[in-house]
Amino acid sequence: MLHIEYTYWLIAAFLIYVAWRNLRDGQGSRAAFWLLLGLLFAGGDYVLAQQKAGNSLPAQVAGAMVIALALLAPRLRRHAHVDTVSTEQRLASALRLGHKLFMPALLIPLVTLVAALFGAHLSVAGHALFATPQMTLTGLALACVIALFAATYVARAPLHQGLSEGRRLLDAIGWAALLPLLLAALGEVFTQSGVGAAIAALANAILPEGSAFACLLVFALGMVLFTVIMGNAFAAFPVMMAGIGLPLLIQQYGAHPAILGAMGMLCGYCGTLLTPMAADYNLVPAALLELRSPYGVIRAQFWSAVMIFVATFMMMWLLVFR
Amino acid sequence: MNYWPLLGVAVIVIGFALRFNAVPVVVCAALVSGLLAGLHVPDLLALLGKSFVSSRMLLMFVLTLPAIGLLERAGLREHAQQWMARLRGMTLARLLIGYLLVREVLATLGLMGVAGHAQTVRPLLAPMSEAAAEKILPTLNDDDRDELRAIAAATDNVGRFFGEDVFIALGAVLLIQGFYAQHGIELTPLAIALWALPTAIVAFVIQSVRIWRYQRRLQRRATPLRNEQGG
Repeated sequence: MLHIEYTYWLIAAFLIYVAWRNLRDGQGSRAAFWLLLGLLFAGGDYVLAQQKAGNSLPAQVAGAMVIALALLAPRLRRHAHVDTVSTEQRLASALRLGHKLFMPALLIPLVTLVAALFGAHLSVAGHALFATPQMTLTGLALACVIALFAATYVARAPLHQGLSEGRRLLDAIGWAALLPLLLAALGEVFTQSGVGAAIAALANAILPEGSAFACLLVFALGMVLFTVIMGNAFAAFPVMMAGIGLPLLIQQYGAHPAILGAMGMLCGYCGTLLTPMAADYNLVPAALLELRSPYGVIRAQFWSAVMIFVATFMMMWLLVFR
Repeated sequence: MNYWPLLGVAVIVIGFALRFNAVPVVVCAALVSGLLAGLHVPDLLALLGKSFVSSRMLLMFVLTLPAIGLLERAGLREHAQQWMARLRGMTLARLLIGYLLVREVLATLGLMGVAGHAQTVRPLLAPMSEAAAEKILPTLNDDDRDELRAIAAATDNVGRFFGEDVFIALGAVLLIQGFYAQHGIELTPLAIALWALPTAIVAFVIQSVRIWRYQRRLQRRATPLRNEQGG
């Protein structure tokens, strides 16, 4: 049975491979960075299991390793990725292989789709193929492996060439790859430190009395602002709901709960489009697409986010107090 | 109320504003907030480590890199561009709006992992957009290319986000339902997901109009060039 843990081990193996290649090239800091990250991925399940059993020493070591990663990150200078083959060679290869090149690339979404839709029913010799939690992600990992083999077949290239191309892409992305995980951890620390409660208290303090519209506006803007700070609407929602949504809008002004919940969450999503804190959607793609500005993606979606927010707020205002 | 942990937020804002390396800034913010909230150092370290490894799924895209890298070496992006240039009737706007529609519908059905920045935008959508834009304006400069790739990524984000909220079986809808259930308000997931539909439609329309207007801007820049060639 394929568990999500195997996926993490696979990532760990790849990260450690990248570390080893960097070490051979004399890139000590890079090697240490990817090695630490690889170890965190390999040992993650052990850390979580020990933490659950009441032993927090492995988690503390993991925390110290995260700090070490933060100290190493500034030493990883981002370098544009250098192509190993010339444009002419790639054009010639593109002409020769034609549409066959699309096949492995499309296998990634297709296999993931099959795993997501039918994963629950697939079995080999009576054993279910996928473990139910995180089935789509396990499917994506399987899809990547299948696509890699398909790519070596189509391009008639050895497997290690795929790995070293992957390593070059990862080195080009560099420390930006780490941000989504760090920001998720930061969100957790913020929650535990009561940052949310403090912000809700501040929002309540500036709230004018007796105006349902003003209250709704503070709620909606609060969802955006809090999402911008936390990088995640899911973290903002319970805080804003408990602070303003439930006690004031629903219980005092009689707002419709389903509309308030759904559209309030969507106001938060507009915030996700605006913030570097949502690194996996905004900063990692900028690195992945080799944009010169890390904020290029945010700039491209800024006005979409503002307009979607205004439209959603107007609809919410019209519908929620029916 | 202890307001001191808010200084962690200030660390983030200042760090990003001064363009420091984001990784140490984020870790500093976590340490500042945690310490000012009165957490002990070992507890704070454990919290940091535990939350970090709990979100390992966010690095999944790394697994796509070997296959994508190998295909790019074999000319995937060049082929996508050439194919795009040959396709008659496939304009930049049609390509991006079509992608937006597929992405949003798939997300509505809960199939978020099927597409993404690593899986589809970098190897396919971005080079195709560049080729489609070159059909309009052959003299694209580096700024245009950056903007086009950013628009492709933004289109992926908009489609994913505003489709996802309509899907009833995970994520946002269940979070909303769970919050209300804790506070004694019982709602079915469908009743919540339904109210995400208007924004899903609005988001599609807004992003489509913006893509179309970008295409118009390119066309307007191309007109004098074409007249010169014609005259």
